[in-house]
Amino acid sequence: MRYDSLRLDYRIIYEIIKPGSRVLDLGCGNGDLLYLLARDKNAKVQGIELSDEAIYQCVKKGLSVFNSDIESGLVEYPEQSFDYVILNQSMQEVTKVDFIIHEALRVGEKVIVGFPNFANYAARLQLFFHGRAPMTKALPHYWYDTPNVRCLSISDFHEFCKEKKVRVLKAYYLGEKKQILFCPNLFALNAVFLLTR
Amino acid sequence: MSKKEESLGIVETKYFTFAEPPYEMPLEFGGKLGPITMAYETYGELNSDKSNALLILHALSADAHAAGYHVGDKDPGWWDAMIGPGKAFDTEKHFVICSNVIGGCKGSTGPYSIDPMTGSPYALNFPGITIADIVHAQRRLIDHLGIKKLLCVVGGSMGGMQVLQWVASYPEMVRSAIPIATTLKHSPQQIALNEVARQSIMSDPSWRDGNYYGYGQPERGLALARMIGHITFMSDKSMEEKFSRRRKNGNYSFNFAADFEVEGYLRYKGDAFVKRFDANSYLYITKAIDYFDLSGGKLIAAGAKLDTRFLIISFKSDWLYPSYQSQDIVRQLKIRRVDATYCELRSTYGHDAFLVELEEMRDIIRHFLDKTFNGYEVLRIYEI
Repeated sequence: MRYDSLRLDYRIIYEIIKPGSRVLDLGCGNGDLLYLLARDKNAKVQGIELSDEAIYQCVKKGLSVFNSDIESGLVEYPEQSFDYVILNQSMQEVTKVDFIIHEALRVGEKVIVGFPNFANYAARLQLFFHGRAPMTKALPHYWYDTPNVRCLSISDFHEFCKEKKVRVLKAYYLGEKKQILFCPNLFALNAVFLLTR
Repeated sequence: MSKKEESLGIVETKYFTFAEPPYEMPLEFGGKLGPITMAYETYGELNSDKSNALLILHALSADAHAAGYHVGDKDPGWWDAMIGPGKAFDTEKHFVICSNVIGGCKGSTGPYSIDPMTGSPYALNFPGITIADIVHAQRRLIDHLGIKKLLCVVGGSMGGMQVLQWVASYPEMVRSAIPIATTLKHSPQQIALNEVARQSIMSDPSWRDGNYYGYGQPERGLALARMIGHITFMSDKSMEEKFSRRRKNGNYSFNFAADFEVEGYLRYKGDAFVKRFDANSYLYITKAIDYFDLSGGKLIAAGAKLDTRFLIISFKSDWLYPSYQSQDIVRQLKIRRVDATYCELRSTYGHDAFLVELEEMRDIIRHFLDKTFNGYEVLRIYEI
């Protein structure tokens, strides 16, 4: 696993995190990102992941991981236990989004949230012209097998942060290969937000 | 990646005696014990800086014979699939120690041992012991072997309690800990099951208030206690798979013989146990387990920084030591920000899983130990 073969969202998160940081990844998958952070940035990393298969991959990489769901994974951590809490492509899969974001902000100084943009133009066109539940590069699932339980756009999340008084330090808007600068709510497939209290 | 697994071949149990009077070992509940003999086995070689030692701790009825074969035996030690050249606890790399427990009957000082004050077996004059006492005695053994820091302390069930007690009592000596299918404290359900087992032994007239040495074991009581134990080690599903409703001999007998295979199995296990385990040891050790309680911050002292790495393993179908108890351990470690990994493994074998469902556990432990032994160097080994 090398940096230049990394997914764009991983690369952005990788760049955000400062060397030597304490990092908690909620829904860390097979641990590719944490592995690079531990190896190259000397980060002290911890993952939480529900899938058995992914857990084995993490342990094989030498990572410390908890086999648990995200919702019950944070309660015990004291405040500010981590420099960064990562919620990449996992926030939209939990029902209690508000609770998770606030718990993440409690245990971490900064929170990195990555999610697919449901208002991408391709999704809009499919819905408008075909009347079908949208499927895009960022939303690759059929309506009946998607793990996503929350459907949100970039604008929705900005609005959410404003309403919940969460500070957005920076927002990155991602296309397939590069970042989107123009009209992200229409053109971005994914977004990565850097949040703090 | 991993080399071929081999057997350790012939091994033997060793003994270490200490705490000769007047230097008896003080016990947690007051009183003292000495002299103390500890039975143990070792496999592999201790390296020059003594940094490759693993301590294996066993469950209630097991012993120091964890791997390899004793001369004349056809079965290997109780965790042979895990310990040996090329195995998860690789004796090519590591010096593996398996220590017995005081209070037991497998070569270490217990109620069956001769009380130097009276010249006859201790029986119920044996002092009450705890998991902490067991661990303090093990520490003396580790000192005797010249080891200052253990690379890993590992065990399942009661062995897992000893692992946790090692961390609580001697955190600076434990570089990594693997408690498997265990708990921070015994629950009322677990105490209740132990109490039924004890009552079964003590209500057998042959128990003679513990003074049965020279007369023979309270066989019925001890066998019954073990039958209860075996039910708790299995799961509903594993019993269905193993026995279903299969009958031993055709029709139902209506004479209270063992009609079903499951009955025959339990009777067989009970009877076999009587030949290998001392009834008073069963009483003492189940009490030590029931007294075990490292909940509420007793695992790690307040304000202490713990450098021990943890790997906690539980099994989905284990109802004797359910996963929530392992998650309680994880919770304590999170509170203290201790480096830890927790895996809940799929298995239908119930509590027995840690002795039989070995493949995934073996891989996970192997990788965890590599990381602990080699640090982040190990990450490069798995470079993709």
